[in-house]
Amino acid sequence: MLSPAVLLLLAWMIVPLTMTIYFSFLRYNLLSPGINAWAGWSNYQYFLTDPAFFAALTNTLLLVVGVLLITVIGGTLLALLLDQPIWGQGVVRILVLAPFFVMPTVSALVWKNMFMNPVNGLFAYAAKAVGLQPFDFLAHAPLASIILIVAWQWLPFAALILLTALQSMDQEQMEASEIDGAGPFSRFFYLVLPHLSRAITVVILIQTIFLLSIFAEILVTTNGGPGYASTNITYLVYAQSLLQFDVGGGSAGGIIAVILANIVAIFLMRMIGKNLEA
Amino acid sequence: MGSIKLNKVTKSFGSTQVIPPLDLEIQDGEFVVFVGPSGCGKSTLLRLIAGLEDVTSGMIEINGVDATQTPPSKRGLAMVFQSYALYPHMSVRKNIAFPLKMAKLAPEERDQKVENAASVLNLTDYLDRRPGQLSGGQRQRVAIGRAIVREPDAFLFDEPLSNLDAALRVNMRLEISELHQTLATTMIYVTHDQVEAMTMADKIVVLNAGHIAQVGSPLELYHKPANVFVAGFIGSPKMNLVTGPDAQAMDAHTIGVRPEHITISEGGGTWTGKVGVSEHLGSDTFLRVNVDGVGTLTVRASGEVALRHGDSVSLIPEEGKVHRFDADGLAMQ
Amino acid sequence: MARAISTRRQITVTILAWVIGITIFFPILWTILTSFKTEAEAIASPPSLFMFDWTLENYGEVQERSNYFRHFSNSVIISLGSTVLGLLIAIPAAWSMAFVPAKRTKDILMWMLSTKMLPPVGVLIPIYLIFRDTGLLDTRIGLVIVLTLVNLPIITWMLFTYFREIPGEILEAARMDGAMLWDEIVHVLTPMAIPGIASTLLLNVILAWNEAFWTLNLTAAKAAPLTAFIASYSSPEGLFYAKLSAASTMAIAPILILGWFSQKQLVRGLTFGAVK
Repeated sequence: MLSPAVLLLLAWMIVPLTMTIYFSFLRYNLLSPGINAWAGWSNYQYFLTDPAFFAALTNTLLLVVGVLLITVIGGTLLALLLDQPIWGQGVVRILVLAPFFVMPTVSALVWKNMFMNPVNGLFAYAAKAVGLQPFDFLAHAPLASIILIVAWQWLPFAALILLTALQSMDQEQMEASEIDGAGPFSRFFYLVLPHLSRAITVVILIQTIFLLSIFAEILVTTNGGPGYASTNITYLVYAQSLLQFDVGGGSAGGIIAVILANIVAIFLMRMIGKNLEA
Repeated sequence: MGSIKLNKVTKSFGSTQVIPPLDLEIQDGEFVVFVGPSGCGKSTLLRLIAGLEDVTSGMIEINGVDATQTPPSKRGLAMVFQSYALYPHMSVRKNIAFPLKMAKLAPEERDQKVENAASVLNLTDYLDRRPGQLSGGQRQRVAIGRAIVREPDAFLFDEPLSNLDAALRVNMRLEISELHQTLATTMIYVTHDQVEAMTMADKIVVLNAGHIAQVGSPLELYHKPANVFVAGFIGSPKMNLVTGPDAQAMDAHTIGVRPEHITISEGGGTWTGKVGVSEHLGSDTFLRVNVDGVGTLTVRASGEVALRHGDSVSLIPEEGKVHRFDADGLAMQ
Repeated sequence: MARAISTRRQITVTILAWVIGITIFFPILWTILTSFKTEAEAIASPPSLFMFDWTLENYGEVQERSNYFRHFSNSVIISLGSTVLGLLIAIPAAWSMAFVPAKRTKDILMWMLSTKMLPPVGVLIPIYLIFRDTGLLDTRIGLVIVLTLVNLPIITWMLFTYFREIPGEILEAARMDGAMLWDEIVHVLTPMAIPGIASTLLLNVILAWNEAFWTLNLTAAKAAPLTAFIASYSSPEGLFYAKLSAASTMAIAPILILGWFSQKQLVRGLTFGAVK
């Protein structure tokens, strides 16, 4: 009964992946069909020496790490806040959770146009209201802006999971520590944080899976620009293959992305394997 | 109807043999208790009889017919689980009726039997509740009801009382015993509690590491333990077991005396020691006496005894009540 | 914990929480409000929060110009279709892993989850070319297939964690009660697993509804779901804020409401049962 799922997933992974590997060794351009000459490693050479690759690699890492930092730290603080007795806690939780349900294209467009637009955006208006020059976020700090947008989408996820974990904390343990003379800070670092470690692991794992492949947010805001300032690997491969029709080069990039993701994956799966079954 | 025979049954999990070749006969209508410390294989043995585990080798006969390969649903047995294993999505009525539904009984007949079982078990008022809304004792009754309506050849109980509180446990113990008297159906009951075993069983099977240590009626086991293990396991408080010179003096490796077979004397006795902890139950007093070179002996005295911590006492084991065991732990005559 | 907490502290915490909550929610609120403004009011300076002439004309125009309902129905078909198909494949798989575990079961599970780590760009080109050559490009069937496969590991894992919590003794009890395998599945397992299956379904619909890599790359006009429909506002139509807002509101409203109603089940599902 297990086999259909396993076979389908195997097929889904192996068939296209083999094709990608095959293409990556071809001089294959959709604009000049028929000339599929063997290219050796030249696609890889081209892709790896392209300055855009290093920009994209750095951007990918910055994007993942930046969003993780904001969401894990922000999420922890938010969870601690929401764990307090609050009037209307249910409503606040619904408000906080909402961005998670917003599709990436919508959140990117809303932020880009209605908030970050240097002429009509709310941020520009706010800047002008206090006498500052409006800042063109997506032109001058494109990556940071995208990190902000993506973090807004994922903060609710982190906060909600951490809140759930917090609520399962043993109250007697907390009371015992209070009797033992632990202040709020030592309680946080010695009791709460270790208790949350499992939940934090889960948050990091799941977010990393999605953050490595951020695409729509870049597509509808900056198209990877200006220059390559906000291009990540996913977007670079997309641009190479579907905008420049260079299937060979794009495939080489795709394989490199797979290898990079695997390095991250091995690292993460180790961490998870230990933490999930404990 | 309801005789069960195990013939050289073994069970291994991977390369570990948890039940070495084991023979056992259970007569129709008997109340048999499997008792032993945790991990002794008593639950595994029950599950082998139920058919929930496959035997590795050997044969299980039910009513004289080889049932070794029969699936659990066809063995004609009913089981009450430790966790009760009630279906949480069904009402009490549906839970009890489930085996009848599986047996494709007509709905009217089903209802009739459920009503009967419910009135026997005082569940009539709860028939439309879900198991989640019941107390532990009530859930236990539902589980028993589900077993009763099948009119099985034998009932299997897997530590059914261990999730109940002490007072309820005593009540349910009585109820199950009464049930056995009314139905006169074979019952096999697994427990680690020797008090349950002693109070309920017609026949006790004491298990130790997969082996049968002894089979017999409660009083046989109490009066004539076949080995040190049974001697130490049956009876509360435990039998005093003494090795060393005192045992050698009686040509034994170990001698055992039950706390109730030791008398306290004012002047001189076999052993002399100092009173440690004493437990006053009103009807009885249990004294822990520390004897040099022997260890701590438990002594039962009737009524109240005016001895205090540190008092010196002499102990005399009752004539003819001393059990002797050889170096292999087997009883000597 | 019954402990007296000073009212003053609770007031402070409440105010802080509400301020942060509203701040986080504000972009959505602002979008919804703007969708009821005229284009002129939408970019008016100073902007007004509530004091404007409420109008519904943007919604009508969005539907008229870009046929919202077609994209909406694409979204519904793609997300529901891929979810149902995924459940049909995943239920037997999760079932056998939870109740008939073999030595490699855990490894297979880890491997399944690890396929989620495969970046979609690694297989984008072949999938694109296969779809182009088989006529699946820009079809709903094509997207249903892709999204089913993309989310299959998550569905399987979620179901596995739910199934695993059904105590084995209950199944054994059913067997002792005379149930054969089929009765066991129909009368005992399925009813007990329904909450788990429901929350898996819910989460998967949300993930599929918001999926924005394959839906953007494999559709053009015909099969485009709401993600792609909104992306078409990226330029220069996006400068019509009121219409952009109306379109956005319509794109997110169904899932926002669904998500709010099911938040408890979602948390469990999203963490594969690791956090309760």
